[in-house]
Amino acid sequence: MATLRQKPGTIVLLALALAASGCTQWADPSLPETTVFPVSDSGGYIQDLYSLIFWMALVVFIGVEGFFLYAIVRYRRRAGDNRIPAQVHGNLRLEIAWTVLPSIVLLVITVPTIKTIFLQDTVPTASAAGGSPLTVEVTGHQWFWEFRYPELGAKVMTANEVHIPVGRTALFELRSADVIHSFWIPKMGGKMDAVPTRVNFMWFTPQETGEFYGQCVEFCGIQHADMRIRLFVDSPSAFQAWATRQAEDAASPTGAQARDGAAIFQRSACPACHTIRGTAARGTTGPDLTHVGGRATIAAGMLPNNYENLIRWVSDPQGVKIGSKMRYPNDVGPSPTEAALLAAYLQSLQ
Amino acid sequence: MATLTAPVAERGLLARPIEPTGVWSWLTTVDAKRIGILYGVTAFIFFLIGGTEALVMRTQLAVPDSRLVGPGIFNAMFTMHGTTMIFLVVMPLSVAFFNYIVPLQIGARDVAFPRLNAFSYWVFLSGAVLMHLSFVIGQVPDTGWFSYANLTERAYSPSAGVDFWVVGLQVLGIASLAGAFNFLVTIINLRAPGLSLMRMPLFTWTTFITSILMVLAFPVITVALVELMFDRLFGTNFFNTAQGADPILWQHLFWVFGHPEVYILILPAMGVVSDVLPVFSRKPLFGYPFMVYAVASIAFLSFTVWAHHMFTTGLGPIATSFFTASTMLIAVPTGIKVFNWISTVYGGSISLKTPALFALGFIAMFTIGGLSGVMHASPPVDTQHQDTYFVVAHFHYVLFGGSIFGLFSGIYFWFPKITGRMLDEKIGTLHFWLMLIGFNLTFGPMHFLGVDGMPRRIFTYPAEMGWGTWNLVATIGAYIIGLSILVFIVNVFKSLRSGDRAGADPWDGRTLEWTTSSPPPHYNFAEIPVVHARDDFWVQKYPDLAGGHGGEIIASAPVAVAAAVGHDEHVYVHLPDPSYWPLITASGIFVAGFGLLFFMLLLPVGLFVVLFGTVGWSTEPVNG
Amino acid sequence: MEHTAVLPAEAHETTTGLNHRKVLMWAFLGSDCMLFGSLIGTYLVYRGRYLAGPKPTDVFDIPYTSVSALALLMSSLAMVLALAAIQRGDIRRLKIWLLCVAGLGLVFIGGQVYEFTSFGEEGLNLAVSTFGTTFFVLTGFHGTHVTFGIVWLLMIWIMAKRGQMTQARSLDVEIAGLYWHFVDIVWIIIFTVVYLIPV
Ligand code: HEA
Ligand code: HEA
Ligand code: HEC
Ligand code: CUA
Ligand SMILES: [Cu+2]
Repeated sequence: MATLRQKPGTIVLLALALAASGCTQWADPSLPETTVFPVSDSGGYIQDLYSLIFWMALVVFIGVEGFFLYAIVRYRRRAGDNRIPAQVHGNLRLEIAWTVLPSIVLLVITVPTIKTIFLQDTVPTASAAGGSPLTVEVTGHQWFWEFRYPELGAKVMTANEVHIPVGRTALFELRSADVIHSFWIPKMGGKMDAVPTRVNFMWFTPQETGEFYGQCVEFCGIQHADMRIRLFVDSPSAFQAWATRQAEDAASPTGAQARDGAAIFQRSACPACHTIRGTAARGTTGPDLTHVGGRATIAAGMLPNNYENLIRWVSDPQGVKIGSKMRYPNDVGPSPTEAALLAAYLQSLQ
Repeated sequence: MATLTAPVAERGLLARPIEPTGVWSWLTTVDAKRIGILYGVTAFIFFLIGGTEALVMRTQLAVPDSRLVGPGIFNAMFTMHGTTMIFLVVMPLSVAFFNYIVPLQIGARDVAFPRLNAFSYWVFLSGAVLMHLSFVIGQVPDTGWFSYANLTERAYSPSAGVDFWVVGLQVLGIASLAGAFNFLVTIINLRAPGLSLMRMPLFTWTTFITSILMVLAFPVITVALVELMFDRLFGTNFFNTAQGADPILWQHLFWVFGHPEVYILILPAMGVVSDVLPVFSRKPLFGYPFMVYAVASIAFLSFTVWAHHMFTTGLGPIATSFFTASTMLIAVPTGIKVFNWISTVYGGSISLKTPALFALGFIAMFTIGGLSGVMHASPPVDTQHQDTYFVVAHFHYVLFGGSIFGLFSGIYFWFPKITGRMLDEKIGTLHFWLMLIGFNLTFGPMHFLGVDGMPRRIFTYPAEMGWGTWNLVATIGAYIIGLSILVFIVNVFKSLRSGDRAGADPWDGRTLEWTTSSPPPHYNFAEIPVVHARDDFWVQKYPDLAGGHGGEIIASAPVAVAAAVGHDEHVYVHLPDPSYWPLITASGIFVAGFGLLFFMLLLPVGLFVVLFGTVGWSTEPVNG
Repeated sequence: MEHTAVLPAEAHETTTGLNHRKVLMWAFLGSDCMLFGSLIGTYLVYRGRYLAGPKPTDVFDIPYTSVSALALLMSSLAMVLALAAIQRGDIRRLKIWLLCVAGLGLVFIGGQVYEFTSFGEEGLNLAVSTFGTTFFVLTGFHGTHVTFGIVWLLMIWIMAKRGQMTQARSLDVEIAGLYWHFVDIVWIIIFTVVYLIPV
């Protein structure tokens, strides 16, 4: 194929080959937020549809680009070529063909799409196979998530980390306390916006236990990047155990450090914004801290939850997460010793 | 008849300026060609600014957990990058060609309203400068190029950034509307004898349809911006959720404008490509009438698809299905265009000169972007892609791979006409390949990032997400694009100084702009041409080809050119004199906008200047 | 070669035979339709959604507003007569009818000013509720259009008084008339949507 030796053709082919090899690399199931290895029913429907559309698009892509490259290579002008080609103005039959054929392709995509839209629109009810869905009330805040479980009692409230049992449909009621956020756990399926003055719904039935990542995907201000979600899909018994613990009030601190920390907590600015059930702290601006010690991360997934990071956070939340709504009056926070005691107390809130 | 009007001794408030050269001549010019150059140069400067903003983002994102720039700067960067590229680069670059090329293509001496045309440019510049003043005071817009309510309310965005965005865009909207009215009337009313609609070159067609889109779409965003501005300045409740306002209203208004807007961005580039390909294939545009119908139906459909940007807001299944179907439908006329372009190449004799390279690159890249667009059009799938890098990949393939490639094709194609010099082919080819490779390295991997779940508008990401590799590749690609732009700049300066002389018709062109000298005289045509056919100039040059057969290039062709071009020194064509009024009136708008942003007392001053300008304008003797 | 001066801007022979400025006005009106469409759309979205302040039924005085709407409608008739006058070359009647149009327009604006102040006294303002916001901005935008039209017509009247308006310039009146009729029609829609259709 002497013609393909020509520079442009080769380079384009090379680029295509590179792109193709890239394609084989992106689909990595070990990535925490991959969208193409769903582990829920809802994610599965989407994935089926995505595969269909992806392959159709790939066929169109290869067909159109291939023919295009062929036309360029085949009909390119060589040096000294003075020929004027036949002056073809058009062809009605071809025009009809390339109106109808893409329409068919699009129809093949649109019909299952609309089917899936309606399939996913029926809010699951008690009669569904897996029993009644577990309702989780989600409220987006700048920049953290709040979760409540009406079924487990008015008290059960947590932040940024949400637990649900495997195999049971979870129904999320999405609200916002301030601006628009969007709730997304890629491996569980599509996202849905949390819009102030509205309530949106989203649901899925997780098929595997594990820890799944998600995050806010509607730009919501300076810390939009650090408004993450951790989803824990537990076995039913583990979920029950977790739920029972969450329903309890905060453990009274044991150990001198934690006790001192609790006292500092109560007399500092903290109670103005945070609730710790079983204590006088009733603030609602910030996350509920009743069981904060049991979380894997703090500050909406920014930092692993450990002693050092709690000290860092409590001493200087603006330094860790600039713009965060956790601000001390007159920007005066706890002293280093106070921060260490607070961290000990917070850790004890398992 | 002109002579019937009693020539009342008319005197304006200011004598019309007369300098033919120098700064004042540019400030007061009403010549569409000069205004086109002003638009083009300004747009290119903003391309460098918007591109530099992109490089800041890419550098920040190159590696995980990077803290090179904080979230504050990053958010400002993507907001100003998106806004700049769309409103200050692609639109004005298209308008530059409207100004320079359309009058030539339709055989006119100028546009219908030359002073309004100058006014558009100065208002455009005012809007651009007003928005960029935000950098001076350090409160840069940072809510994204579509700035969703209610994040933009004072309660959530107390800094003045959003004010700059709102006021700047409103002023830019005035400029776009004024320009669009002008080109609409120009194309309706100033075509040379015989140039019926279905003989118009495709670029003129897309200018026409784009103008209609602007006329109908810009009022909608104007209303949205006015509402937002009132909320911020006068405490109204359009997007105040505390009073029960629904922030989704903004999204509807924005995208009713926003989707037609993306076709405003692509149609001119499509027009360029449709004019370039026949020239370099020596073959008429395949399926001309279908190309025209396709543009018209795209424009029509573009008003019916807006909510495909809102699939995750909870529209309900009926609305969602409707917007799916209409969005899918828009792929049909677009496909028709792609297939007709390919068929124009097919069977032709395609010369791979730079304008053709960019046009071919356009088709290849735009198709990729179009296909990912169709993937978004399926709402369940879109709920996995919305606000991820998959969407970022989509729109850069259509906006950069489409609009920017198309417009570069136009730059290489018409540069000889505008300057009288050819751009260097070798450097141009290098520019093309660097840009094509850099572009695919930058935006190709974004598809993978999107599928891997990387959200857009995040200033950093943890390493465990596994997005590091492709981000690094994308960043390297972006720098290659930057390099290719430098190559282009070198090419322009080198060619302006020592490029080959172009002559009237360097590419063996087909349409009227190639019948006049390069650069054209200020009156464009000594004699208004009479058009007998589509691709009139080509038919004149090669009359024996009318039967549809091919042939050899014949020796008589250059003669035809010479005859058509010939204009001698004695020609005196009187065109409108320059005028101060467009500049004065526009500066009133600038002062008013400045007042809104900094010092309310200046608002009435600005409005007074606008009034003064309008009176002076309307009483200025047209024929000074 | 000799060439006569041809000014593109004022060339009498246009491709379509239509005057540039007339085409411009039509295009502008198309654009303005979208402007009012968006404003009316906004109003409709928030219809009946208010958390505070007076309700529409608390403040509207429909007979009163109907009268000023009628004044505006009648002005369109006067506008037609003004145009007919100049087309006949009857400058005297042109001036009379122009004053009529502007006068009726002023009656409408006066009515609106009065309405706005009385609503304000009843506690309805831009900031109090979504109703206040959308009502004042929509009708205010329309009022601004009417005011602009009045100024325009008065400018033509002044020119006529100075003897600058001749039969040959009837197009100037025609274009102003197009604008005026449009503003009128828009009011019919706004009046129906805002005042007449019950929430
Ligand atoms: C030049 C600008 C441009 C163009 C031309 C397009 C063209 C298209 N766009 Fe795109 N779009 C944008 C600019 C553009 N877009 C931007 C800027 C955004 C993001 C805004 C933001 O959020 O910031 C966006 C976002 C966007 C979304 C929202 C995504 C989301 O936020 O979740 C959707 C959803 O449907 C969409 C769809 C489409 C479709 C279907 C087309 C179609 O017109 C494409 C049609 C073309 C083809 C299909 C290829 C050629 C056809 C063939 C070869 C025929 C055969 C094909 C088939 C049978 C399929 N676009
Ligand atoms: C026509 C439109 C257009 C164009 C051409 C581009 C061009 C580029 N865009 Fe952009 N982009 C948008 C429109 C466009 N973009 C829009 C609308 C958004 C959405 C914004 C939002 O979310 O609100 C966006 C968002 C966007 C993002 C996502 C940000 C985020 O969501 O967090 C990224 C990330 O990589 C990006 C990258 C780039 C790059 C690398 C280029 C490059 O191709 C740029 C190449 C240009 C240069 C590199 C300039 C050359 C400069 C030099 C050579 C230096 C010389 C300098 C001086 C002399 C001063 N763009
Ligand atoms: C002005 C309100 C305010 C005050 C005062 C305040 N906080 Fe916070 N706090 C917040 C907010 C808001 C967040 C969520 C921040 C984020 O993730 O963006 C938060 C988050 C936290 C977290 C992380 C919770 C999680 O699950 O991510 C801890 C721990 C915490 N605060 C402890 C404290 C302590 C201890 C004090 C007092 C010394 C305190 N806060 C004072 C508002 C406040
Ligand atoms: Cu919350 Cu983004
Ligand atoms: Cu769109």
